[in-house]
Amino acid sequence: MKTKRNLFLLIVLVLIATYAAHRYVTHNPIPSTAQLKPAPDFTLPQITGPPLKLSDYRGKIVLLDFWATWCEPCRAEIPHLVDLQNKYGTQGLQIIGVSMDDSPDPVPAFYKQFKMNYPVVMGNAQTGEQYGGVLGLPIAFLIDRQGQIRKKHIGATDAAVFEKEVTNLLAGK
Amino acid sequence: MPSKRTALLLAIILACLTVATALAFQASQIDSSHTITIDDLLKTLQSSKAEKPLLIHVGSHVLYSQAHIPDSEYIGPASDPAALHRLRTRVESLPRDKFIVLYCGCCPWTHCPNMKPADDLLHSMGFTKVKSLYIPNNFGTDWVEKGYPVAKGE
Repeated sequence: MKTKRNLFLLIVLVLIATYAAHRYVTHNPIPSTAQLKPAPDFTLPQITGPPLKLSDYRGKIVLLDFWATWCEPCRAEIPHLVDLQNKYGTQGLQIIGVSMDDSPDPVPAFYKQFKMNYPVVMGNAQTGEQYGGVLGLPIAFLIDRQGQIRKKHIGATDAAVFEKEVTNLLAGK
Repeated sequence: MPSKRTALLLAIILACLTVATALAFQASQIDSSHTITIDDLLKTLQSSKAEKPLLIHVGSHVLYSQAHIPDSEYIGPASDPAALHRLRTRVESLPRDKFIVLYCGCCPWTHCPNMKPADDLLHSMGFTKVKSLYIPNNFGTDWVEKGYPVAKGE
């Protein structure tokens, strides 16, 4: 009986430790203003509209998402971005997708299939290099109202992490 | 009744088995005997004696042109039939014991859509020394940021 109780306690401890580790890994404090860098400006062709200039969105919180139609983790992440845009768009969030597809041909159909509700532009190697090298997808940057990069995420990011960071920035933190 | 020590050991073994099982379902479908690690490739490239492989990039051109392994050739994303055709044409006349290394690095290894089609094609053509470069996360994280040699552009 005592052994069974000890085993139960051990399992509970392991679960608590796992949760704590998960929180530690996913909770990344947003850098202080002393560490910030301005988001490089660009003007890129938009899939569904005129060319888009990034600095026109100064005053908004911008989530700049580098992705591609063939990228499976991107495809899993995009529905969450659509939800975020729906939820916080009126509060000042603007998600901008930068497709790193070699050709724009597959992008409009993808845009429609995934019901993307934010602008998508066609990026290129120069755009990638401006942002320090986009050498794997997805990569996302969170940009504050002053156009400073506050966070960079390499690889698919948990929706809850994005939401926490977006709400913090919207609240001025 | 098992002792405390035995119970602890059993719990640890169970946890390890659970993690290992979970990881196994995420493993790439490329046979591990068809892969080469970054460390092993670097040793080969740096060695004056080792046979140098034909390096072929089978991923996106936008990523390739930002950074790629020096002296590698670009074919295109092997998930695209047109790029697979180009790959077939490129290697068709080569001796079947030619040492070839395929690589991509567009996204995590377990999600890459390009490596397996390229690996399958070359093995089906009878090539016996084809290796797929195991890049666990992406080319930026696992190669460029480690300071390994890169070239840019075409």
